[in-house]
Amino acid sequence: MIELRINGELRSVEVPADMPLLWVLRDVLGLTGTKFGCGIAQCGACTVHLDGNAVRSCVLPVGSIGERPITTIEAVGASATGAAVQKAWLDVEVVQCGYCQSGQIMSASALLRTMPHPNDADIDAAMAGNICRCGTYVRIREAIKKAAQAG
Amino acid sequence: MANTAIGRPEPGVELLVTRRAFLGAGLGVGGALLVGFQVPAAGAAAEGKGVFAPNAFVRIDRQGTITLIMPQVEMGQGVYTAIAMILAEELDAAFEQVRLEPAPPSDKLYGNPTFGIQVTGNSNSIRSFWLPLRKAAAGAREILVQAAARVWRIDPSGIRTEESTAIHTASGRRIAYAALIEHAAGLTPPQNPVLKDPKNFKLIGKPLKRLDTPDKVIGKTVYGIDVMPPGVKFATLAACPVFGGKVAHVDDSKAKLLPGVRQVLAFDEFVAVVGDHMWAAKQGLGALDITWNEGPNSVVSSTDVWRQIRVASEQEGAVAKIVGDAAKGLTEGELHEAVYEMPFLAHATMEPMNCTAHVTPTSCEVWVGIQVLSRAQKVAAKVAGLPLEKVTVHNHLIGGGFGRRLETDFVEKAVLIAKQVDGPVKVVWTREEDIQHDIYRPVYLDRLSASVSNGRIAGWKHRITGSSVIARWLPPAFQRGIDIDAIDSAADVPYDIPNLRVEYVRDEPPAVPTGFWRGVGPNNNVFAIESFMDELARKANKDPVAFRRDLLDKTPRLKAALELAAEKAGWGSPLPPRTGRGVAVQVAFGSFIATVAQAEVDEHGEVRVQRMVSAVDTGIVVNPDTVIAQLQGGLTFGLTAALYGRIDIDKGRVRQSNFNDYRMLRINEMPQIEVHLIQSGEAPGGIGETGTTAAPPALGNALFAATGIRLRRLPIDRDVLSGRKPA
Repeated sequence: MIELRINGELRSVEVPADMPLLWVLRDVLGLTGTKFGCGIAQCGACTVHLDGNAVRSCVLPVGSIGERPITTIEAVGASATGAAVQKAWLDVEVVQCGYCQSGQIMSASALLRTMPHPNDADIDAAMAGNICRCGTYVRIREAIKKAAQAG
Repeated sequence: MANTAIGRPEPGVELLVTRRAFLGAGLGVGGALLVGFQVPAAGAAAEGKGVFAPNAFVRIDRQGTITLIMPQVEMGQGVYTAIAMILAEELDAAFEQVRLEPAPPSDKLYGNPTFGIQVTGNSNSIRSFWLPLRKAAAGAREILVQAAARVWRIDPSGIRTEESTAIHTASGRRIAYAALIEHAAGLTPPQNPVLKDPKNFKLIGKPLKRLDTPDKVIGKTVYGIDVMPPGVKFATLAACPVFGGKVAHVDDSKAKLLPGVRQVLAFDEFVAVVGDHMWAAKQGLGALDITWNEGPNSVVSSTDVWRQIRVASEQEGAVAKIVGDAAKGLTEGELHEAVYEMPFLAHATMEPMNCTAHVTPTSCEVWVGIQVLSRAQKVAAKVAGLPLEKVTVHNHLIGGGFGRRLETDFVEKAVLIAKQVDGPVKVVWTREEDIQHDIYRPVYLDRLSASVSNGRIAGWKHRITGSSVIARWLPPAFQRGIDIDAIDSAADVPYDIPNLRVEYVRDEPPAVPTGFWRGVGPNNNVFAIESFMDELARKANKDPVAFRRDLLDKTPRLKAALELAAEKAGWGSPLPPRTGRGVAVQVAFGSFIATVAQAEVDEHGEVRVQRMVSAVDTGIVVNPDTVIAQLQGGLTFGLTAALYGRIDIDKGRVRQSNFNDYRMLRINEMPQIEVHLIQSGEAPGGIGETGTTAAPPALGNALFAATGIRLRRLPIDRDVLSGRKPA
């Protein structure tokens, strides 16, 4: 039995310790907002916050998490930064298919938490791990700047 | 948009809609007014394969909820919002309160007027449905007006409508649509309802917020991969790494010992593992010892593919278009010839292939995001061995289509697996399986010859060689040896050319299955033609913009786009060394687009795309923000292909496997993108694929301007650009 602190709740799961958090979230807990994209930390679709930092849940074994809190897209809007990012995403109309956007929003909100006013290079560094096949990057950059202004 | 929602159909509604549609308007479940309508199969009819079928719906219930049923699928292109805008416009519905619902499978009701089947593709949703949807909504509005006239015992001409309400102009009396549905039920929709004058549009033309995005930013949208029917199990699969190979033997002794692994299933062409979650299924698959019968394709490599297509391209092709006398024209002036080659490409939708199915002896239920819903139902029925009416298909929002989900292979495999599983099973492909068992954009080879005399083209010959996707995917459309998609944007070049011949040679590559990929035929043709036009301009000692402009008198909309793009891009202004601008123009998917790329090449041949400027005339624009977004995204998609896209075949297998070796453009590589819309009153054009076709030739021409090196193969070769390798 593994205990996880997810979105402010304590959740117990009966899974192997080497099972990546992604599949625990999606298939065991039904938190399907976090997406599977590549399974090898190349695309960022599975990004969640661990202790407030953006991590790729597809390569994060649940057994290694311990008591560190996990936040997913379903709850990131509870923080002021997360809510500002989600609002900016809609204001700028970033989203197309939307499949990668959970991960994009998690990466962006982690960036803004530690760096409230990122420049273009900061945005590149924080967001280059998140692929968007629809090509919404131009608007992602704009939305991050907008969310930064709002904050 | 407080009340806006994308809902699921209520149980029982779908069949009722189907039956009622043939009867015209009537009261449905819960007292909903259903309006069915006839759609002339425009386009298809002209080619003699047309169908006349009733189509999409407006549903209004007693509570005033207006449900708009979406005949086309939403895969990011914004079509749900655009269709809702069109329907709400002619219906005079309160847009903030409409509810959207995906159409159930039915070619009869929701068939795309262009194809005669239920398909979302070829950038034609708005082009195909523009008039039918307006007529449907306008017809519904007329019935509601008639109903209000009966209630008030007045002439309908005194009644106007707005915000889901009928208003008697003289007295100011108002009655909500919801209150009219009982009175409207017996009325027949008019055959030819009066459509709004575009100058009176209230919604169309405005950058309205998309209806599908609020749920997407909070992780609430349920894509196909997210469905969780009670008791669902999880499966993943592996097909033979060699195309066409079969399963010879499976040793599952180790896999079955793993926790969470429930079943190991071997089929003719693939093996699947079913588990309590994807991790168990994936671990189980990895623990299998599979012996494959690789079959004859195990000796095929990319070299064989290219050798074959080069030989095939030497032969004369089926004639797609003749103007004047090309052979004679080619003798007038200086002859120039070039060959262009395009690689296989995978789609790499961010949502990997997946499908969830539940098969019982008497029923089959399928959850999937797919561009061909009715085909999904037919395939599921066939595999499950059940009649069509026993198969329910739930269509979901799609996490990227790009043509990959115009196929049904992932549905077929899921239903095969589900037949062996007790309860529902979600089948998710790994990214590796997704890349290595895609249905690929074909390799193409284009032979172009032209003669230039006094700055004009005297003769032109274009021979396109490649796989015919149409012949497999829509066989009746493959006529007289011509693949209408493969020649699209080539048979009708926009330039004034007095003598022209366009041919098509069908060449099916060994081993590799081929399919539609964002940009389809024009992707290949626009690259070849616009690269070649640049070469001709240089031959003629003319500026590439001026050379094109002088040949565009018969295509004024494109000429205007070219002039605008050149102006906005600062065409002709000085640039630093090793930096260049390139232009490309296109008439594709009914839109007229000019694009200028600006890029820098360093001494190692590394390319930095700095800026993309597109000028777009796509006729009447439904939602300008969506058009801009599609250009931004489409250009990015095209740049990814030009800079990185290639699928290589080695011993019958795909060499690439995931995003580490099948690279995507990332945010740190993005150029600035500017899109300029041109006002137009023409019928709407298609937009979803246009940026993808525009980017590669514009970039290639910019790289030539920067380096003097002409790249005739994609993706770009950095060794050639750096001079390490000859062009």
